[in-house]
Amino acid sequence: MSETHHQPASAALPASLTKLGKYWDLDEHDHPEGHSTMLGFWIYLMSDCLIFAILFAAFGVLGGNYAAGPGPRELFELPLVAVNTSMLLFSSITYGFAMLAMQRGSVGQTQLWLLVTAVFGAAFLSIELYEFANLIHEGATPQRSAFLSAFFTLVGTHGLHVTFGLIWLFTLVVQVSRKGLIQANQRRLMCLSLFWHFLDVVWIGVFTFVYLIGMVR
Amino acid sequence: MSAKNYNDLAHQHAHGEANPHSIGHHEHEAHGSMRDYVIGFVLSVILTAIPFWLVMGGVIADKSTTVLVVAAFAAVQVVVHMIFFLHMNGKAEGGWNLLALIFTGVVVLVVLSGTLWVMYHMNHNMMPMQHMEQMD
Repeated sequence: MSETHHQPASAALPASLTKLGKYWDLDEHDHPEGHSTMLGFWIYLMSDCLIFAILFAAFGVLGGNYAAGPGPRELFELPLVAVNTSMLLFSSITYGFAMLAMQRGSVGQTQLWLLVTAVFGAAFLSIELYEFANLIHEGATPQRSAFLSAFFTLVGTHGLHVTFGLIWLFTLVVQVSRKGLIQANQRRLMCLSLFWHFLDVVWIGVFTFVYLIGMVR
Repeated sequence: MSAKNYNDLAHQHAHGEANPHSIGHHEHEAHGSMRDYVIGFVLSVILTAIPFWLVMGGVIADKSTTVLVVAAFAAVQVVVHMIFFLHMNGKAEGGWNLLALIFTGVVVLVVLSGTLWVMYHMNHNMMPMQHMEQMD
């Protein structure tokens, strides 16, 4: 099999080079487009994970320094956090449905589920912004205490990721409507899938260590 | 047959068959099934609802027990998300995904436990200062 492949190349190359060709590639060794994208994107997510680890560590150290200001018990409303958590969880499974629709090759359903995901994502962001606005209105600004600085940095960074995820999602809805579910768009949707589910994983850490344990300690 | 065609054939041989990373192959691994998503979702709802109930209802009187139990639920839920939503397994990308995840997990553990440990002891050693502040 490989012998038949070598035949035409030998014919195209000068005789002096044919021998070398057996030891290393004479032609540039290009790869199929996007063949390493998923691994590369995963490694990006892992580096993002380290950013969040550092922010969690900072919150762990500073989370008890209220500077005689308000603490979690005075500030946090767990029912609101529970609603927020469910929004993100719903958006995770609806993104899953979008991926299943993509697998079936259904453009319309992929877009529909992406838009449903966007609605839940936007609801999550709205609730978070409402919470932030309330906190700032009560005087619990990032400048108030080390606890609040760490809180706003950690939760804000997560919210910023969700914002960019939403922008990416709308971009892909447009891309899919213009080009269909081509190989490149499928790859992009798979990357966003990893990103979106990864943000839900980070949120598990946030609601557990910031909100729930904050209320207990 | 031109040299370019030869290249194309060679790549099909190298990447399509020998290399499991090629697009066509991991396409099937990287997606979940409906079953995966539904199981993941149901487990996540349960694993989220229980810690919220524990804290909001004040079910466990002891604080440190509550913290430990809630943290354990979070750890389990992270694993559930990894398996059912992120489709993590030892085979995707020839195992490099999982290896990168394990490496990151180790670094995250070192960063978190190291930071908290060092800063806790620093605070502990700073105690006399706090007493002096209180005396003022």
